[in-house]
Amino acid sequence: MGFMTRVIAYLRWAWRSLTSMRTALFLLFLLAIASVPGSLFPQRGTTPLKVNQYLRDHPQSGPFLDKIHMFDVFASPWFGAIYLLLFVSLTGCVLPRTLVHWKELRSEPPSAPRNLSRLTAHESWNSQANATAVADVAKAWKDRGWRVRTGDSWVAAERGYARETGNLLFHLALLFVLLAVGSGSALGTKGTVIVREGSGFANNITQYDTFTPGRAFNTSTMAPFSFQLKNFFASYQLGGMQNGAPREFHADVLVKNNPDSTARKVRIAVNEPLRIEGSSVYLVGHGYSPKITIKDGKGNVVWQDAAIFLPQDGNFTSTGVVKAPDTVPQLGIQAFFLPTAAVDMTQGPHSTFPAPTDPMVFMSVWSGDLGLDSGVPQSVFRLDTTKMKKIGLERLKPGQTYKLPDGQGSITFDGYKEWASFSITHDPGKGWALGAGMLAILGLTLSLLVPRRRAWLRITESENGTSLVEVAGLSKTEAPGLVAEISSLASTARTYIPEVLHGDQ
Amino acid sequence: MAINESLAQASNIMVYGAMTTLTGAMGAFAIALAKGRRIESIEESVARSESGSHQARMGATATLERPAVSTAVVSDAGRGEGRRAGNIGMSLTWLSMIFAGAALAFRGFSAHRLPWGNMYEFSIAAGFGVLLAYCVLSLKRDLRWLGLFIVIPVLLDLGLAITVLYTESAQLVPALNSYWLAIHVTAAIVCMGSFAVGAALSALYLVAEHVEKRVAAGQEPGRLGAFAERIPASDRLDLMAYRIHAFMFPLWTFAVIAGSIWAEAAWGRYWGWDPKETWAFITWVIYAAYLHARATAGWRGRKAAIVALAGFAAIMFNYFIVNMYVSGLHSYSGLN
Ligand code: HEM
Repeated sequence: MGFMTRVIAYLRWAWRSLTSMRTALFLLFLLAIASVPGSLFPQRGTTPLKVNQYLRDHPQSGPFLDKIHMFDVFASPWFGAIYLLLFVSLTGCVLPRTLVHWKELRSEPPSAPRNLSRLTAHESWNSQANATAVADVAKAWKDRGWRVRTGDSWVAAERGYARETGNLLFHLALLFVLLAVGSGSALGTKGTVIVREGSGFANNITQYDTFTPGRAFNTSTMAPFSFQLKNFFASYQLGGMQNGAPREFHADVLVKNNPDSTARKVRIAVNEPLRIEGSSVYLVGHGYSPKITIKDGKGNVVWQDAAIFLPQDGNFTSTGVVKAPDTVPQLGIQAFFLPTAAVDMTQGPHSTFPAPTDPMVFMSVWSGDLGLDSGVPQSVFRLDTTKMKKIGLERLKPGQTYKLPDGQGSITFDGYKEWASFSITHDPGKGWALGAGMLAILGLTLSLLVPRRRAWLRITESENGTSLVEVAGLSKTEAPGLVAEISSLASTARTYIPEVLHGDQ
Repeated sequence: MAINESLAQASNIMVYGAMTTLTGAMGAFAIALAKGRRIESIEESVARSESGSHQARMGATATLERPAVSTAVVSDAGRGEGRRAGNIGMSLTWLSMIFAGAALAFRGFSAHRLPWGNMYEFSIAAGFGVLLAYCVLSLKRDLRWLGLFIVIPVLLDLGLAITVLYTESAQLVPALNSYWLAIHVTAAIVCMGSFAVGAALSALYLVAEHVEKRVAAGQEPGRLGAFAERIPASDRLDLMAYRIHAFMFPLWTFAVIAGSIWAEAAWGRYWGWDPKETWAFITWVIYAAYLHARATAGWRGRKAAIVALAGFAAIMFNYFIVNMYVSGLHSYSGLN
C-alpha cells in the first residue's frame, strides 16, 4: 500500500470512529465528568473572591489546581477541546443520517416477510376476497395515516416516519444550541455598574465598573441607551424565623433608547429586567450611600456627596470611605453606615435590620496625607492611613454635625440615599439558543413517543374456493399498543373483506 | 400578606398523618410481597426470553414487541391473606397521597403561594409526586408488588423533611417570586418523582436479571431467588423502566430549559455553570446516555439499568449535596 493510501485509510477510520454514536456518547459522558470539578471548586467567572480565598487557604495544592484550570473549568482548553470534538462528532453523524432519512421519507413500505404468523401481532380469517377489496383496504388504512403500497393480493403499510424526523430534528437542534451558545458569548458583552438614586448611566465602556467583552466584540455595536435611577425600593420580612429576609426590591428608572428619544418610566425588579435595544438590564444588588458634608476650619465646604458604602452582611452593616483631598492637611473618614444601629462589646457597631429604621454613621476621622499624589491608583473603598493620624471618633444621626477638635472643621451626616447595582448584558445568541432548545424538545417528544410500525395484509387462495386473509404487524420501537392497533386495522379490513365460515357456500 | 399559622400547623399534622398511613402501607405491602408469587415462574420467563431472542434473530427486523402478556398482570400478590394485605396497602397509599396533597395545599394557603419555595416543601411535593405517579399507574395495572419499593423511599423522604429540612412557613425571597417557579419547579418535581419510580424498577430489574441468568445457566436461583419470584420478569421490568424514562426525558429537558429561561430573567444569564445547573446538565447527559445505551446492542439490559441508576444518583446528589453543602445562586433551601 502506498503511503498516501494508508494515510487516507487512516483518516477515514479516524473520521468514522469520531462520528460514531459510541464516540459521541463517550464525549458526552466526558463533558459531564469534566463539568464536575466546576461545581466543586469555586470558579473565577462566578465567585472570584472565593477563588482567592481558596488559594490563600491552600498554598500547596492551590497553584497546581490553578495550573490545570480547576478554577475556570468552563473556559479551560480541555473543556473546550471536548466541546469541539463533540460538535464535530455530532455534525459528522447527523448530516449523513439526515440524507439517509430524506431518501427513506420518499421510499415505499417494504414487502411482507414470508411467514406473517410469526409476527407479534397477527390475525387471520377466511373470506371470499376479490382484487378491488385490496384497494379499498389500502385506501382505508391510508386515511388512518399509514403510508401504503399494494400488490394484487397484498397491502404493505408503514407509519411513524415522524419518529426519525424528530430524532434528527433533536440532534440538529443540539448542534444549533452549541453554536448559539458559542457565538453569543463571543459576540456579547456583560458588565456591572452601581448607580445612586438621582444619578444615571449611559451605555458606553467608560461608565461601567466592570466590563467583560466577548472575543469577537466590537465597540461600535453598543446601543446608545441610558437611564437614570429615580428611586430604589426594598421591603423585608418583619419578625419570625426569617426576620430581615428580603421580600421585594425594585428600581424606578427613566430610560432613553438613545440621546434624542424621550425618557420613559420603567420599573426594574428581580425577575423583571429592562429589555432595551438588544441588551438586558438586571437589578442585582443594592446598598446605602450616606450623604456627608465636610467643612474646613474657615467654614468652607471641601467635600459634599453621597458616598457608596458596601454592605457587609444581610442586615446591611455597610462600610465606606470618604476622602477630602482639597484641605491642608487632607482629611479622610473610615465609616460604618448602620440602617438599624446597635453596638455591643463583641460585634462592635452593627446593624440589626436591613431597612433604615434607626440609621446611624460611626466614623473615625483621619488627618494627614491621603497618598493620592503618588500616582499609584487607589481603591475608593480603602483609606491608606500610613501617613495619617486618627483625630477623632464619633457617631452621628441624620442631621447631626461633629465638630473636629482644634477647630479643624466639621463633618455633617446629612442623610442617605440608596444605590442599586445593575448587571447589563448583551447576548445575541440567546434567542437562537432558546429557539433551538424548543425544537430539541419537539424533536425529542416525536422521537420518543411516536411509534414506528409496519403492517401487512395478505390474501392467499386456499383449495376450497375461499381465501385466507392475514393481517399482521410489527413495531420497530417499544411503544405500547401494537396489538390493539393491528387488531383495529384488521377490523377495518374485515369490513371490506368479510369473514365467511367454512361451509357457508 | 401575613402567614396563617393555624393552616401551617394543619399542614404539619397532615405530614405526620401521611407518615402514619405510609408506615401501615409498608407493613401491608411487605406481607403482600411475602405471600405473592409471579404468575409466570422464573423458568418460564427464561424459556420465553430465549424463544424471544430466537424469534428476533429469525425476524431480522429490530425489536419485536412481545405478545400481549406485557399488559396482563405480571405478578399476583397471592390469594387470601396476601391479596387482602396488598389491597390494604394500596388503600393506605391512596390515603397517604391525599394527606401529602393536603399538607401541600394547607402550606400553600398559609403563605398564599405555591408550596414549593424551600427544601422542606420540595421534599413534601416530591413525595406527593411519587405517590401520585404510583397511584395513577396502579389504576391501569396491578402494581401491588411494587408498593413496598415506593412507600419506603417516600417515608424516608417525609421523615427527612420534617426533621432535618423543616422550615417555617414564610413568604418567598424576591428571586423565587416568579411564575417560572410554577413552571420550572413543578416540572422538576414531577420528573424527580417519576425518575424515582424508574430507579426502583431498574434496581428490581438488576435483581430479576441476576436470578434469571443463573437459572438460564442451570444454576440454583441463589439467595435472591425467593425475592425474584415475587417480582415480574426482568424484561417486563426493563420495559416499564424504559417507558417511564422515555416519557419523562422530554419533560426533564423542558425543566432544564425552563430553568435557564428563568435564570436569564433573574440572574442575567441563561446558563452560568452554577453548581445546580452543572448537576442538572450531568443528570441530563446520563439519562440521554441511558436512552442510547438501551438502543445499542451490547449495552441494553444490565448496563443500561446501571446507567439509569447513575442518573437517579445524580439527581439525589443535586438535591441533597448541592442544596445543602455547595453554595451557589440556587441557595434556596431555607436552611442557611
Ligand atoms: C455521533 C452522534 C450521535 C449519534 C449517531 C446518535 C444516534 C442516535 C440514534 C440512532 C438515536 C435513536 C435511538 C433509538 O432508536 O431509540 C438517538 C437518540 C437520541 N440521542 Fe443521539 N446520537 C448521537 C449523539 C447524541 C448526543 C451528543 C446527544 C446529547 C444528549 C444525543 C441525545 C439523544 C437522545 C436524547 C435521544 C433520544 C433517545 C431515543 O430516541 O431513544 N445523541 N441518537
